[in-house]
Amino acid sequence: MNNHKSFIALPYGLFLTLFVILPFFVILYYALTDSTGAFTLVNFTHFFTNPKTMGTLVYSLLISVLTTVICLILAYPTAYILAKGGLKRSTVYLILLVVPMWINFTLRITALKEILTLLQGNIAYYPFFNTIVCMVYDYLPFMLLPIYNCLSEIGDEYGEAAMDLGADRVSTFFRVILPFSLPGIISGIMMVFLPTMTDYVILDMIYNSTYIMGSLIGSYFSSYDWNNGSMISVVLLSLIMMVNLAADWVIKKRG
Amino acid sequence: MKKKSKAFYVLWLFVMIFVMYMPIGVLAFYSFTDATQIGQTASFSVQNYISLVTNPELRGMIINTFVLAFFVAALSTILGTAAAIGVHFGKARKVETFISLGNQVPVVNSDVVTGFSICILLMVFLHMDKSTYLPLVIGHMTLCTPFVYLSVRPALKMFDMAHYEAAIDLGATPFYAMVFVVIKELLPAIGTGFVTAVTLSLDDYFVTTYTKPAVFDTVSTYVVNATKGAMTQIKTALWALSTVIAVIVLVAVLLNSHRLRKGETS
Repeated sequence: MNNHKSFIALPYGLFLTLFVILPFFVILYYALTDSTGAFTLVNFTHFFTNPKTMGTLVYSLLISVLTTVICLILAYPTAYILAKGGLKRSTVYLILLVVPMWINFTLRITALKEILTLLQGNIAYYPFFNTIVCMVYDYLPFMLLPIYNCLSEIGDEYGEAAMDLGADRVSTFFRVILPFSLPGIISGIMMVFLPTMTDYVILDMIYNSTYIMGSLIGSYFSSYDWNNGSMISVVLLSLIMMVNLAADWVIKKRG
Repeated sequence: MKKKSKAFYVLWLFVMIFVMYMPIGVLAFYSFTDATQIGQTASFSVQNYISLVTNPELRGMIINTFVLAFFVAALSTILGTAAAIGVHFGKARKVETFISLGNQVPVVNSDVVTGFSICILLMVFLHMDKSTYLPLVIGHMTLCTPFVYLSVRPALKMFDMAHYEAAIDLGATPFYAMVFVVIKELLPAIGTGFVTAVTLSLDDYFVTTYTKPAVFDTVSTYVVNATKGAMTQIKTALWALSTVIAVIVLVAVLLNSHRLRKGETS
């Protein structure tokens, strides 16, 4: 193992610098300037003082939180049953539940849209409900997999030890299994929360004309408004960073 | 009591699986009819599958999607594997930290922001012409390479350096040892990374939309545009496409897991 072998990794290092690090600075530049190139904070102040755009932020957060919570409520028991239920064909069930992740989401949403149209007549009448249903349908496998991976690594001996020491099944779950599965839960939340704030194409496909954060970027992109589009990107990137730091803190605090 | 709870467990799983597959199943059912709307009574027909293959627009779009995915996945796999090997075999800590941190960014970032940032950098700031397909390929590679790295790096951590050193001791050149010992042992992880990259590229909508040339369409962009006021023939042909993809993916994954299980017992 020599120092000089690091150079094999250099192409990717260069790639990351050019296409991940550099765009960040370019976006920051455009976010802090107007169309003439002059430095200004107007993009940000307009965003945070305009009730419409703040409403968009709140609506996005609402959808994301609701979707994440519902996915968690559905995925955790499923992951628990798969990992700890002692069923013979757990692996097959797991595969069946995870495979939809690999089917193109536009096709899956189209399929769900047809069902919803069949059941509701006109899906435009229930935009919020349909949005949540489609988001949960799309992102459920992403919440399921990390939680399952984490739960399946918890040895049975922990639960057995707790019960030997006199705990009942409910206490064992809340005081032994749940804390151990926290990294999986956090991982699942990260894979669902942020993307749902920006996945506006699902709303487009079900004729929901309300805006979420991602839709703002989409509309600024179509109108070649690079400054405001960059500003929204900076807001979202800051949000992502904060959520990531919070998640790291929670994991570290657990010890 | 254990039997009761196991029955409940199976019931819950079946409900989840049913809900997951019901939309796709319904689409699959109607793809084999000549119906123009779900719920319509119609007769058996494979016209949708024939359109998939004969309609030039659909055919072109499907081929585009797969060629792009495999091309980008190949490049990403090479780039990501090289990065993982370089980071593991080299001693430069700074390089490892930089690559590990930089690698995480596209993973945790939203697709929309990644696509927009590539677009801003290449097409707005550098005035690159998107009909060169360069922004599209670079955009997809930015999305896919991190997952190749995340797939290969853990496998390298489990790699027994003694194998490499033994090869060198037996007279192999470092290059030979690298290719025929290290990479050979890493092939499963590299394969997984490659498949993940293909899947990500096939599934992507936002990076493609923001970086693609006007005449190019992938399945995602095509389906989204077709949703807004579709021609009936296209709409029903897309049902056939969903069914085909769902079947291929299901069969591939089940076969792969069967193969893995057989490998464990043999």
